[in-house]
Amino acid sequence: METLTFDLDAKPLREVNQFLHGDASSLNGKEIVIENPNGAHSIAVGLKSDIHVTIKGHAGYYAAGMNQIAKVTIEGSAGSGVAENMMSGMVHVKGFASNAAGATANGGLLVIDGDAGLRTAIALKGADVVVGGSVGSFSAFMAQAGNFVILGDAGEGLGDSIYEAKIFVRGKVKSLGADCEEKTMSPEDRQILADLLAKSGYADVSPDSFKQYGSARTLYHFHVDNAGAY
Amino acid sequence: MSEQQPKIPQTKPRFSATFDESTMSEIRRAAATGIYDIRGAGAKRKVPHFDDLLFLGASVSRYPLEGYREKCATDVVLGARFAKKPIHLKTPVTIAGMSFGSLSANAKEALGRGASAAGTSTTTGDGGMTQEERGHSSILVYQYLPSRYGMNPDDLRKADAIEVVIGQGAKPGGGGMLLGQKITKRVAKMRCLPEGIDQRSSCRHPDWTGPDDLEIKIAEIREITDWEKPIYVKIGATRPYFDVALAVKAGADVVVLDGMQGGTAATQEVFIEHVGIPILAAIRPAVQALQDLGMHRKVQLIVSGGIRNGADVAKALALGADAVAIGTAALIALGDNDPHWEEEYQKLGTTAGAYDDWHEGRDPAGITTQDPELMKRLDPVKAGHRLANYLAVMTMEAQVIARACGKSHLHNLEPEDLVALTLEASAMAKVPLAGTSWIPGVTGF
Repeated sequence: METLTFDLDAKPLREVNQFLHGDASSLNGKEIVIENPNGAHSIAVGLKSDIHVTIKGHAGYYAAGMNQIAKVTIEGSAGSGVAENMMSGMVHVKGFASNAAGATANGGLLVIDGDAGLRTAIALKGADVVVGGSVGSFSAFMAQAGNFVILGDAGEGLGDSIYEAKIFVRGKVKSLGADCEEKTMSPEDRQILADLLAKSGYADVSPDSFKQYGSARTLYHFHVDNAGAY
Repeated sequence: MSEQQPKIPQTKPRFSATFDESTMSEIRRAAATGIYDIRGAGAKRKVPHFDDLLFLGASVSRYPLEGYREKCATDVVLGARFAKKPIHLKTPVTIAGMSFGSLSANAKEALGRGASAAGTSTTTGDGGMTQEERGHSSILVYQYLPSRYGMNPDDLRKADAIEVVIGQGAKPGGGGMLLGQKITKRVAKMRCLPEGIDQRSSCRHPDWTGPDDLEIKIAEIREITDWEKPIYVKIGATRPYFDVALAVKAGADVVVLDGMQGGTAATQEVFIEHVGIPILAAIRPAVQALQDLGMHRKVQLIVSGGIRNGADVAKALALGADAVAIGTAALIALGDNDPHWEEEYQKLGTTAGAYDDWHEGRDPAGITTQDPELMKRLDPVKAGHRLANYLAVMTMEAQVIARACGKSHLHNLEPEDLVALTLEASAMAKVPLAGTSWIPGVTGF
């Protein structure tokens, strides 16, 4: 497999991103390495071909934002909004992630080995998000669809106003948000969780050590009697 | 026989200006239901508006241009600050963002057809881009909203410009609510939600907070679209000087400023009528911010909220805007609130001209609905033609006024062409009270 290396100390990010947006037929199958990211924002955003981009260090905001098809590995930590609105493909953060990781992601898989900040998987729209560590408060706020796996703990207000997304937590939950409740894990959901753990490098972790949370669906229709819940 | 007593004059029943008929009926409704009133459209109360301004026209000291003969250009370029592919419009009247979901697919198609025929842009709304809309809009602005419903990078790349929506005039600081009856299978799929639920649209973006983050977000969108598309920032009129300055600092190519008369698909009546300021009060501070930053005419300003005719367009441009956007007026041109449907409006407990329960999805005109039968009533070709006519009329009307003021381009109109009829309008628009040189807050009386 051909490997191309870009040094962000030597080449402007704009040129690197533009190269990564090139014709899929010429890019598919390529290994791309980005050196000296030094926390730059918007690295490898808007990718849409079958490539593997490795960022050798820390990334700033929106790394791999709106990703399609591509695999992006961040060998460091990621700033706010990593893999935001991802459509497909995979983004793997080997360090920690800041706020709003995986926000509104529609598809694909986001794996964060470390902890993730506030509002992780906020407004999730169908993607899978797996966090090896803990997540901050207000995570999965208004999450609509997809699966959100937390191997550590969750902060306050988990799953507030959640729709049909599924949350699996192995550790403690400080508090649940409005309309989020513990669910009994069905065999199908257990399988979803087992598959996600396997795909994310946690095949040795038992799905049985998780609790599942989801929507109580009491706020799906606005009703005056629910006003106190908001 | 007793003398006839003189008749004592009776005081006629006096209605309260404070507790008028509408106010009392709302109190009764609230008392009966325990829930606030939700409706569509913008502020209905009378506020200082463009009607309170007049053009002076040419006189001994100014030369007019010949109507029908001498050229008065109307074109506008939007987004040349950073975008490789700025937008060129033939008329400065654009179509404001309105969602598929709140509007029927036929209505969206009609907006696209009408705008394209007139050489102007139309704008998506919450819920994403439909094929009907993209297909029939030669210039399409794609809204990037807090909810991100239907947001995907393919559509971002298909757009001609991207509008980051921070707020709108009808509800600055508010999100949205699309009631279950409008969440059909197609709408639900586009928004990735269960069918038939009451859907909440967020009031804040999920992955950024504050102006410094906005700068990074705009840069991300530019990177994704390879710096080709103009990026607009839309704000509801509240603190226009600061908001416009921050939008410019964050890297906007274009700022869209929406006054409280700007419509919404569904919001609480109390929000629509009591939050935000009229567009008349917002334009001058916005233009001042652009001028203070040396960015007037470099970052374009689009204003909206109650624009109805070419005089409003000309006045907005004279105050310093580069273009305007219309929403409510465009819907009326399509057929909204048309007396043709009066019998049906009556059945809904309203009357043509006052129908604003757009969120209920029972629009007799087939515009603010997802009901397949009602939708059929709107012929997108004919409705698009009506909109194109209306846009042409507005443009010609603005030209008539500009020529009378001696301007060879609508953008040459200036505040010095205007006077105000009221003290309020004079102070807000910063043009003299008619017949005087007095601008309250600016010059001494």
